[in-house]
Formats: sequence, structure tokens, C-alpha cells
Amino acid sequence: MATADELRELMRTEGAAIAENTQGFNAGRYDSVADLEDYEDLKRAARSIKEDAIADLPNLLDQLTETIESNGGTVYIADDAADANDYIRDVVDERAADRVVKSKSMTSEEIEVNDALEEDGVDVVETDLGEWVLQVADEAPSHIVAPAIHKSRESIAELFNERFDPDEPLETAEELTRFAREKLGEQIIDAEVGITGANFITADTGTMALVTSEGNARKTVAATDTHVAVAGVEKVIPTVSDLHPFIELIGRSGTGQDITSYVSLLTPPVDTPVVDFTDDQTPLSEFDSDRDFHLVLIDNGRLEIRDDEHLRETLYCIRCSACSNSCANFQSVGGHAFGGETYSGGIATGWEAGIEGLDVAEEFNDLCTGCTRCVNACPVGIDIPWINTVVRDRINRDKDAPGEWLVDGLTPDEEEDGAPLQKRFFGNFETVAKLGSATAPVSNWLAETTLSRRAMDRILDIDPRRDLPTFERETLVDWAASRDSRVEDPERRAVLYPDLYTNHVQVDRGKAAVKVLESLGVDVVVPPTPSSGRAPLSQGMISTATDHAERVTESLAPHIEDGRDVVVIEPSDHAMFTREYERLLDEAAFTDIAENSYEVFEYVFGLLDNGASVDSLSTVEGAEIAYHSHCQQRTLGLEAHTVAVLEDCGYDVVTSDVECCGMAGSFGYKSDYYELSMDVGDRLRTQLRDDGVQERAVVASGTSCLEQIDALLERQPRHPIELLAT
Amino acid sequence: MANTRTAFETSLEELGVTVTRTIESGLGDTIEDAITEPAVGVALDGMGAEGFSLAETPVTVDPTPVALREATTGVTGAELGVGDYGSLVLTMTDEASELVSLFVERHVAILHEEDIQPDMDAAVAELDERFNDTGGSAIIATGPSATADMGALVKGAHGPESVYVIVVEEGA
Repeated sequence: MATADELRELMRTEGAAIAENTQGFNAGRYDSVADLEDYEDLKRAARSIKEDAIADLPNLLDQLTETIESNGGTVYIADDAADANDYIRDVVDERAADRVVKSKSMTSEEIEVNDALEEDGVDVVETDLGEWVLQVADEAPSHIVAPAIHKSRESIAELFNERFDPDEPLETAEELTRFAREKLGEQIIDAEVGITGANFITADTGTMALVTSEGNARKTVAATDTHVAVAGVEKVIPTVSDLHPFIELIGRSGTGQDITSYVSLLTPPVDTPVVDFTDDQTPLSEFDSDRDFHLVLIDNGRLEIRDDEHLRETLYCIRCSACSNSCANFQSVGGHAFGGETYSGGIATGWEAGIEGLDVAEEFNDLCTGCTRCVNACPVGIDIPWINTVVRDRINRDKDAPGEWLVDGLTPDEEEDGAPLQKRFFGNFETVAKLGSATAPVSNWLAETTLSRRAMDRILDIDPRRDLPTFERETLVDWAASRDSRVEDPERRAVLYPDLYTNHVQVDRGKAAVKVLESLGVDVVVPPTPSSGRAPLSQGMISTATDHAERVTESLAPHIEDGRDVVVIEPSDHAMFTREYERLLDEAAFTDIAENSYEVFEYVFGLLDNGASVDSLSTVEGAEIAYHSHCQQRTLGLEAHTVAVLEDCGYDVVTSDVECCGMAGSFGYKSDYYELSMDVGDRLRTQLRDDGVQERAVVASGTSCLEQIDALLERQPRHPIELLAT
Repeated sequence: MANTRTAFETSLEELGVTVTRTIESGLGDTIEDAITEPAVGVALDGMGAEGFSLAETPVTVDPTPVALREATTGVTGAELGVGDYGSLVLTMTDEASELVSLFVERHVAILHEEDIQPDMDAAVAELDERFNDTGGSAIIATGPSATADMGALVKGAHGPESVYVIVVEEGA
């Protein structure tokens, strides 16, 4: 795992270029998909094609092999990297090639075919300009689509000027591009073998799709007489017509282009004549088009991924990079920290765990905070946070159990094989919070002593620069139990879920929620209920989270049966009930809680929409506020409800549009990630300090967001429900 | 049809691609306006009025490889257009249309108005049928080649830096 020092160094050297580029791609994605009327339909179609193709993979591979062979090509299915490289080396050797030109292919990087060929004395030239920059610089890609995203124009100019010593020093992007084009252009026409990847391959006709913008993949195929396409076995889809949704989605989802300059649909061998580029006598059409075509399909762990019910979705990945660009942590550190041997970004956890193993996935898996912002961005709907959670759970179980002397009592969890101590501390925060309230204010004073902070820093890696939550002596549950319900003849009846923070720390927002609901004619009870399991889930402690889920549903079920709605203040807990529990509970139990749970503003919005009067609430006339919604709340499409209700109450609302505040539950407390968390938070700070925003009071829905904003700004933020209480 | 053509033209303009409409009899003049010499091309069978030939233009048809590399402009036909994207579907022929459209700085593509498909769905359906019949290949080309790998978006990476589309009007 990257240390705080390594992350700091990456943010210093590469952070600015990474941030600018990924945020540009991400903004482009939002704009570009907004133009697609049938965006959601296309995503569903893409997902369904991939689901079916992976289910039917063995048959499709047989069909594809037959098709390619009848077209005159050769198919080789390689078990692993070494097997693939041996085959490719033989092809290159048989052709007696001195030079191989390559277009961009992540799969060829996975097998490290360049090294294998170079050992044989073959000159291997990357022709994608970004890949070529990295080849010259001897660096690794930092992004799966734009590999040199971490390099600025200045650093590329410096590299080229030093390495190639051109007559005139190169400076502008145009000059650098022209220089590279000319240099590579000469090498392409002089090469014998062209290696490409393949984004999709159709089993019906043997047509491969290559999605590119520079034109180098076209040249790589057109200028050589031996074409080797290297692709994972998961790239096969049934038919040419199945290409349609992917053609519309891949560029938009990735770099935010509606479509890339070139989508090559090649059914090799292609008819383009193989010409001698030095010939000044023979017309082009008089050259023949004798081409050899080899399709090398690579297993390298994929068929095992296919058999793994939790990792299987990884194979639906079309390598568009949406999960990288939409990831707040990736936007700060890029793929050199948030990546494994080959792949980077959220989905890389699935690829690297399946191809390389858990130890490689462990190097970066913690950087997924489970914020879920990649979920809606993914064109094939992969539940990337779940893959990260499952892998984290497996990594935890791979480790030795932590020191039981400190864990006993504090961590009454279900993790028999043990998660690391820090993960167990955060995963069992419910116990800490209960103790904290029971012994407040002594617990708060003790926690803030230098000695305690040092111990937390040393034993639990809790960063001393973070403020700790202050526990309230009277919990929300206690407060609610001590008062009578104020609503006679209620419109609706509800359980207000006492999430951990509302119950023990931010009790005021709980009281405000009770009052607001009562003002709108809702009878409210606040029964003691277990914590949702969000904390253990985010630490990869799935058994413990499942235990929480079962106990929560058990204690809420009688209320639901009694006709009460479940109203949730904390968005991350609401997302547990309506999203994550699907993975943890049986279908009936999940449906019961998911269908009856409402985020508090979603609920208020519904009440107002059904006739409750906004006059029952505290209203204003045009007061200006800034609202930061919660990442998981936005994924569930629930930001708009808060904005609408606040506007109904007379507020002038501006909203942030950063993907995440950076705190992400316990993430920002951990010493290794504190600075990254603050770097991510800095983007939110910038937005909240914009002209026209910096004078506004700030409201935010998530506990973590509130804590982060509190650390970022002078202005103390509040939960928006507190504005509504009379 | 007119709507599809207009959408196609609008999409092309957004991509920075110049598009000109012409009737068959004006094709030769339009090509001459569109090219920057030296220009090479592939024979445009069936592209213009019967008997139309690039031979009447300054375009060298079926050049040698060296002439191709020295050319500034490449003239080819396009099989289909895609209205909502401004894409061209370029086929790969044994007359080296792929080389002529790619190894040049400026690509002039000539397209029949009736070959403009309204959207990508229709274009892929058309290709699906053709590929299943004949096993062909095609490039869906949208705007000039481009790269953002050198620190800013630059038009003209390995492929053409500019694209010029001539639409031959229907029934004219």
C-alpha cells in the first residue's frame, strides 16, 4: 500500500496534470452523455450484451475461432502471459521481422510482450503518442486510456529535447505532435509486423473493433503484412449489431468525446494492398494484399474470474476509464498510486486480483472509499465498489489476526479470520460511540489528551490532525423516549432511524428531523436500532456488516409491518438500506427495508408533494445557502429532493459538483490518507469559496461531509434539516 | 432525407469539417476547390455522373507509394454518412482507399446524399448486413485525427489534420 510519503510525492509531482486531465474527462462525460436521449437504454443494452456474452463465453470462443479460421486467419488461445508471448515471438520470428509497431493495447502491457520481443532483438515501437512518450521516458502508464496523463506538456518537451536534440527546441503541443508523427511515421512504414489490441470482437463475422483517435492503429494494420491482435478472451461479443451501444458509449464514458476519431471495424485479413513505401513506379492497386492475421486471445486468469460470482462483472469492463475519471481519489493521485501491475482506477481491483493476485490488489484497494460515484458512470453498470469491498474482505482474511489484547471487547465482530486492527476499530465504531456517549463528557476530554492522540496515532494510525467527534451524553433515542409524541391524527407514521452519528454525536440534527416530521403531520418514533453496518462494510468486513444488516432489519421489521415508513438522515446509511443490503440480505428482507426507507429530504419532498404545507416549516425569503450533497445520495438520484425542498422554503441554493468531499467515513481519519483526503477536499473548498458562494452558509447531508467541511472552512456547516425546524 | 442531411452537415461543422453540397455536374469543380495539391485519389466508380472521372481534375488516381507519401490531399469515396455524429464510413478496397485517406494531411471524402444514415443505430445495422454478406471492413471516421497526449488537444496526429466532405445531391 502506498504510504503517506509516497502519496504526497505523487500529488506533488503528478497531481496537477492528473487532476486537470481527469476532471476534464469527467466533465466531458457529463456533457456528452447528457446529449444522448437513450443513454440509460444504451447502458442497459451494453450491460445485457456483456452479461450474455460472458455467460456464453465458451461457445462464443468456439464460434469466433471457426469464423476467423474460415476467413483465413489464425486464432491462438493463450493460457497465460508466457504462453501468449511464446506464440507472438514465434510469429515475429517466422516473419523474420526487425521491427514491430504497436498501437495502444492494455492487454499487451499485461503480458509485457515488448520485453519478450526485445529479448529477441526485435525493435518494438509504440505508436500511440502517449505510449511512445512513456516508452521514451521509460515510465508506466498512469491511466488506462490516456497513459501519459501524468505528464505535462513542459515535461514532454524537456524529455524530447534532451533525448532527440532537435534543431529547434520543441515547445508547443503542436510541435511535439508533429515531431512524434514524423519520427513514428518513418518507423511505421518500415515495420513488418503490427500488433494491435481489440476493444470488441464479434463471433459472427470475426470483425474486431478498434477505438482510437490518432490513426496509428489504422496505420499499424495498413502498413504491415502481419497483423497480430492481442485481446482478453472477454472481448468477444456475439454479433456486429451488438457493437452499436458500445460505439455510442465508449468515448462518451471515457474521455467525454461523443465518438473517437476512428472506430476501425476490421474483418481480417483486410483488402488494403501491402505496399513498398519506397516504390515510385508501381501504382498502389497493383500491390497484392497478402496479409497474415493472428488473433491471440488471452485467458491469464479470466476464466477463473468468470467462475467467481463476486468478481465476474469485472469481465464486462470495456476499459473506458469512467471509473478512474469519476473517482475523487484517482483525480488526486492517478494510476501510479491507484493501480496495480497493469490496470488502474476502481475496476483495477477486479482485474489485478483476478490476474495478478490479492497481494497486488492490496497495494491500492484502500483507495476505493466506496463513494459509488463510478457506479452510474460505468457504461456496463458494474458495481465497482462491491468488487473493491469483496477484495478488501479477502485481503483482510489473508492476514494474520491482529493483537487480540486490544481488540477484545472493543471489536465484537464477526471477522473470525481477522481484519487489521485499524479496520476493526473503524468497523466497530458503534461500540466506541456507545462507550463515548455513556461516559461523556469524560470520554471527550480523554480522547483529546495528547497521550490518547499519540496512542491512537501509533496503534490505530488515526491522524492527529483530525478533530475527533464529540459524543453527546444524551442520545437521540434517550431524548425521544423522554418526550411524548406531539402529533394527533397523523397523516403518516414513521420510524426515524437513529444512525450512529445522529444518535451519539450530531443529536441536534436528529431532534430537528423529529420536529420537522411532526410539523408535517407525521407520528415519529425513534427506537433503539443497531448501526447499519456501513462502518464494517467500508473496512471490507462483510460478515460483520451482514450481521448488522440482519439485526437492523429484525428490529425495524415490526415497525414496517405496523405501517411505519423508515426515515433516514445519514445518506450513507440510507444507501445501505436501499442499495448495499441487496448484497447482504435475502431478497424478501432487502425488498422490505429498501422499499420502505426514505432519505429524510426525499420524505419531506414527498409529504409536501402530497399536500403538506411548507408553511408548517421554518421558511425564509431568498436567503442564500450553499449545499453539498453526499456522494452516495447523488448516486441514488436524491440530491434534487433536498434542493427542491430548500427552494420551497425560500432558499436560494447553489450546489457543489465535486464527486466526493474526500472524507469518506473513516478514510480521512487514517494517517496514511489524511493528506490525500485534504487534497480531494480542497476541490470542494475551492467551490465553496467561489465568488457568490463564499458568503453563503453551508449545508451538507453527510456526517463525513460535515466534518470535512468543518475542517476546510471557517464557516461551520449544518445538516439542511436543521434549517427547516421551527 | 433533407433533415438527415442537415443534421449531418451540422454535425460535421461542429467537428470543424468543411462540407459542400454539389450536383453531379459540379463535382469536378467542387473537388478542385476542395483539394490542396499535390493530390492523389482512388477511382470514384459510380460517384458522379456516368463517366465522371478524377482524370479531369488535378488529382492523381492510383498513385505510387512514393507519390502518396508526397501528396497533401487524398480523395476517396465514403460508403455511408452518419447524421447525428457527422461520421463517415470508409471502406477498405484493394485500390488502397485506406492508404489514400490516411497517409495524407487532408482527406476529401465524397458521399452520395442517399447514403447518409440518420443515426449510428441505422449505420451499424447497415454494416451488420454488409459484413455478414461479404465479410468486409470499414472505418467509422469522425473528424480529423487528433491527440491530447502532448499536453493539449492537437488536430492531426498520425492521420489527416483536416477533412473535407462533398455531398453529391440526390436526383440532381
